[in-house]
Amino acid sequence: MSLYQVQKFLYHLNRDDKVKAAYHSDLVTLLADYELTQEEQHALTEGDVGKLYVIGVNGQILMHFAALLGIEWFDYLERMREGVRQHGPVRDGVYAMTGGGASFTSSSNNNSKPTGAHQ
Amino acid sequence: MSLVYAGVCSHAPGITGRADMIEDTAQRDRLYAAFEAQRKDIEASGAQALIVVAAEHFANFFMNNMPAFCIGVGDTHEGPIEDPDWLKIPKTTIPGHKDLATRITSHVMQSVDVAYAEEWKCDHGIMVPLHFLTPKFQLPVIPVNINCQGPPLTPLPRAWAFGKALRAACDAMPEKVALVGTGGISHWPATPDSGKINEAWDREFLDRLSRQDQAALLSYTDEQTYAEAGQGGFEIRTLITAAAAAGGRGSIDFYEPIPLFAVGCTIGKFALS
Repeated sequence: MSLYQVQKFLYHLNRDDKVKAAYHSDLVTLLADYELTQEEQHALTEGDVGKLYVIGVNGQILMHFAALLGIEWFDYLERMREGVRQHGPVRDGVYAMTGGGASFTSSSNNNSKPTGAHQ
Repeated sequence: MSLVYAGVCSHAPGITGRADMIEDTAQRDRLYAAFEAQRKDIEASGAQALIVVAAEHFANFFMNNMPAFCIGVGDTHEGPIEDPDWLKIPKTTIPGHKDLATRITSHVMQSVDVAYAEEWKCDHGIMVPLHFLTPKFQLPVIPVNINCQGPPLTPLPRAWAFGKALRAACDAMPEKVALVGTGGISHWPATPDSGKINEAWDREFLDRLSRQDQAALLSYTDEQTYAEAGQGGFEIRTLITAAAAAGGRGSIDFYEPIPLFAVGCTIGKFALS
């Protein structure tokens, strides 16, 4: 249920400009409406994308949150890898890391055979 | 009048958002040219409205109330919900077609239990196709979403039935309607594996789609798809719906794996039968 609450908060944040404004001005009050563990609350407060990824936040929700935080694309991918390195495999959901942490693209080599690609 | 165009296209946010990072600009330009050809085909069809069958990405619905199918029946729609600088598409108001969308919904309901929504927010899943297919946002758009994200997912045979119901509804309308299904084939978007593409799986799926091989298209299990095509592969539902709506053989005008865009980018169209 707790992951559900994390994702529901991010769902509201991603699609509602008023919630986005409150995120920057009064996050404590905003989060009080959701039943969150201390770990989840901390991850949301710190914008810890790696931890949120490991907790199991759906990628379509997390990706938009990362964009809201201004996290550059390749940094976002790396933060998720780092999250797995620090906290272990993804605990829930369908967005598990399946490539062993390999990079399948990069800004400077986006069109060549990616390392670890299974093709 | 009837359905006058049916096709498929990709919608990955990198197609616009990371377009300026690509080294092989010629490849990007080939994709953009294929989108432009699709836009011209839709324009030439005389379509008075465009149905976009997309994958719900939590722009409108959450697991407190997740419809298997939903049709947007508002006068207008808003989008993108994402940071416009990230997606490289400015926020805009998209014209809807409340009257036509409501009539189509009523007709579809005769055979498929579809939800409807008079409020609709578009994310990249609809905004990227519209950016190319109606760049001035002049064509009325009827957004349609299928649950491809929050298990239990819409079963593939129901996606097929939904396509048939959309076709019957469009054919019962006096207006000319175009329909585009938009989803990834194999991809692992928004994971560290972004850029991973199973080209062989994609080509097999597109072959089944082009041949209108209903049995083969509906034989994928979610477990197989997840293992071989990633969680992004669940979006084949949108393409299956488009094929069922069209009824005729498909032709793939563009397919190239583009890791930076995180998907095998695809543009195709169907004969109508």
